Amino acid sequence: MPAPVIVARDLVKKYQDFAAVDGISFEVASGESFGLLGPNGAGKSTTMRMVGAVSTRTSGELGILGLDPDVHGPEIRSQLGVVPQSDNLDTELRVRENLLVYGRYFGLPRKLVAQRADELLAFAQLEGKEKARVDALSGGMKRRLTIARALINDPRILLLDEPTTGLDPQARHILWDRLFRLKEQGTTLLLTTHYMDEAEQLCDRLVVVDKGTIMAEGSPAELIRAHSTREVLEVRFGSDHNAEVGARLARAQGADGHRVEVLPDRVLIYSDNGEAELVKITEAGLRPVTSLVRRSSLEDVFLRLTGRSLVE
Amino acid sequence: MTGATEQDFAPSSIRPRPVRSLYAGNARAVMLRGWRATASTNWLVVVSGLFEPIFYLLAMGIGLGTLVGAVTLSNGQEVSYPAYIAPALLAVAAMNGAIYDSTWNVFFKMQFAKLYEGMLSTSLGPLDVALGEILLALLRGALYAVGFQLVMQVLGLNLSWWALLALPAVLLIAFGFASAGMAVTSYMKSFQQMDWINFIMLPMFLFSATFYPLSVYPQWLQYVIQAMPLWHGVELVRGLTTGDVNWGLLWHVLYYAVMIVVGLVVTTKRLRALFLD
Ligand SMILES: Nc1ncnc2c1ncn2[C@@H]1O[C@H](COP(=O)(O)OP(=O)(O)OP(=O)(O)O)[C@@H](O)[C@H]1O
Ligand SMILES: [Mg+2]
Repeated sequence: MPAPVIVARDLVKKYQDFAAVDGISFEVASGESFGLLGPNGAGKSTTMRMVGAVSTRTSGELGILGLDPDVHGPEIRSQLGVVPQSDNLDTELRVRENLLVYGRYFGLPRKLVAQRADELLAFAQLEGKEKARVDALSGGMKRRLTIARALINDPRILLLDEPTTGLDPQARHILWDRLFRLKEQGTTLLLTTHYMDEAEQLCDRLVVVDKGTIMAEGSPAELIRAHSTREVLEVRFGSDHNAEVGARLARAQGADGHRVEVLPDRVLIYSDNGEAELVKITEAGLRPVTSLVRRSSLEDVFLRLTGRSLVE
Repeated sequence: MTGATEQDFAPSSIRPRPVRSLYAGNARAVMLRGWRATASTNWLVVVSGLFEPIFYLLAMGIGLGTLVGAVTLSNGQEVSYPAYIAPALLAVAAMNGAIYDSTWNVFFKMQFAKLYEGMLSTSLGPLDVALGEILLALLRGALYAVGFQLVMQVLGLNLSWWALLALPAVLLIAFGFASAGMAVTSYMKSFQQMDWINFIMLPMFLFSATFYPLSVYPQWLQYVIQAMPLWHGVELVRGLTTGDVNWGLLWHVLYYAVMIVVGLVVTTKRLRALFLD
């Protein structure tokens, strides 16, 4: 395995007495695509800002490309590309100017920046928008421009904080495709998300974070194998009966050794054979309004680990 | 990789806060950004600011001046009223230009545009950002001042060859106000607080020996005004354009030098506290 480019050990960030990040440890290898998956307030952005050398840690160790961000902030930042959670594009500048000016912040020569700007506009599928105002771009275009901007210094590591939150499915797929290409070219990606499908698509490995600590670590498939069953049966009984029927099912299925989660709107039954469970339920005389058998996802892993859903 | 960096790491961790984490030597990139932004959005607003002091000069100097007659300077020299207020307005022109960019524009960039957050996630340091923004504001002040001094020349209000030195003097004044303006703005959280800046600027403009000598005030008020930055600018520039030059002018220079340094240090610290916490 190549040498790690990010090493975090017992990383802590406190705001007054509150620990936003409470002892996180992980390593990211060069070329790897690593994810932080967690609900709102888990400490994902705080971790990203520390890795991005724009926030100092309270305690613990952190090494980015072998350097300590407390001492070598500018050197580290010159090797990073940063896509923050909310876009901070320069709205006083046009689309292409955003790239040119940002490249100059890194002290790169004008000609090189101009050439890269054109390549990146093509990469981000923003040709024809060079002179457009940033405010006039759609959310997906802004996000792609932010990613293009983050690549202007040809970074070794790309930090993406919720790259696709707030985008429609089509815009998300376009973005995933672009990120996939970067991954293929060998760029190290560190990304946060609270979408499990995104984590499954993009991450080689990930950590599930909650309340500033790591709940589990592994590849998406490993995590599902370790913390969930192969299939899940989802049944709905309508909001009036859900809790009551759910409790009954929990007793019955629990006796069979299956885990049951009763959510406000539906009941989840974890089993390697969902269809068989559905047959059992109907034989017991229960009539679900809807039923669905699906494969386990990281959402289920999260539910299992924290007792809460990932997206409220 | 690790071998070399461990060695790097040891000596620099002894030095508490290396300068290079504050300054990448690239304030120019910040200035270029400001230049582009101004050029593409609001250069008309910038140019319009050129006329404000000229209007004052015409209205007060030429209009009111016919009633006032001549003013006697501290060295006994008599000068016409327009020649008396013109240097003060020159200092005001430098101040205004510097203040526009370093207060309201900086406030907007800090609170709403997240511009500095973006800049500081590159290899730029907080001193690059502070210096770049302040130099840009200085340039605006310099533009107004140079425009105004040309008008003074045309109207025959530069009374001495010393007036040539008024140009570096207004640069100094603009630098001082830009630096202090950005430092103060970096603490501002709301529009109401920003209005306090106007609340201070207007009386300072009116009462800093701009339109009549300080001697009309009671002693204690003179001390208050002499503590304010504009009075030092007015005295410095007036000394130069009227030829009333003495070593005392250097105190005013020193006042601005301190203002520049303090402003830069405070702004840099503030940017680091806000965006590199
Ligand atoms: N500057 C700050 N001062 C005080 N508390 C903060 C600050 N920044 C973050 N926090 C707190 O730290 C916790 C973690 O915040 P963080 O932004 O890292 O969460 P997140 O995982 O990125 O959440 P989200 O999915 O909503 O973006 C939150 O409870 C937040 O309120
Ligand atoms: Mg976040």
